Amino acid sequence: MTIVARHYTKDPVGSHSGLGNWLMQRATAVVMALYTLGALACLAMQRPDSYAAWKALFAGGFARISTFIFFAALAWHAWIGMRDIFIDYVQVYGVRLMLQAAVTVVLAGYVVWAAAVLWGLQP
Amino acid sequence: MNAAHKPRPKYYEFNLAHHWPPAVVSIFHRISGALLFLLLPVLLWVLQRSLASEAEFGRVHAWIGHPLVKLAAIAVAWACAHHFVAGVRYLILDTHIGMGRESARRSAIAVFVIEAILVLAFAAWIW
Repeated sequence: MTIVARHYTKDPVGSHSGLGNWLMQRATAVVMALYTLGALACLAMQRPDSYAAWKALFAGGFARISTFIFFAALAWHAWIGMRDIFIDYVQVYGVRLMLQAAVTVVLAGYVVWAAAVLWGLQP
Repeated sequence: MNAAHKPRPKYYEFNLAHHWPPAVVSIFHRISGALLFLLLPVLLWVLQRSLASEAEFGRVHAWIGHPLVKLAAIAVAWACAHHFVAGVRYLILDTHIGMGRESARRSAIAVFVIEAILVLAFAAWIW
């Protein structure tokens, strides 16, 4: 007896299950918009014009954590956006799956990189 | 042939002036988003260098003073401004405000006006 598995498995790269992603794209957008307005207000008030002033902006725990949350929201938001672009323009499933995997890895790397920059783990 | 297998209609019109404004806002939202994704490592790298040390900060400071870098910064500012303003418009549309044909057209034009003001203000500030 032969079971053809593909008739029963879920398609890994289609445009299904979009509602959760759609909602998270909006949620992450709101987080980034609030951070952006706050950061611009901070920059306008502090006007950092030296290395010491610039570094001091990112010295506080709140600044570091909120900036990190911004980058995490950005990565999630960009992941959904790039996925939408691939679904629209890349019709070959294998290629689409590879592109989505590559974007996932790259964005995860950016989040770790942002944490390293913010908490000073750089050389 | 059932409906699912009917070939999708294709309509290619690359002259943006022939589209109505909400369609232009939409495609620029996608282009600016993709651009920002591609530029993310550059922005992270600049942030990293600027925070690394006094000397590195000075190097970044001198580097962003270059006219070509300023032009690039204005392009990035456009991508940020368009993605932000158009994104806020989409969030408002999501709450079913401004869904009519005429109000959608007007809000799309407003997006372009606001982003132009933001980009010009940024350009005036850095130059």
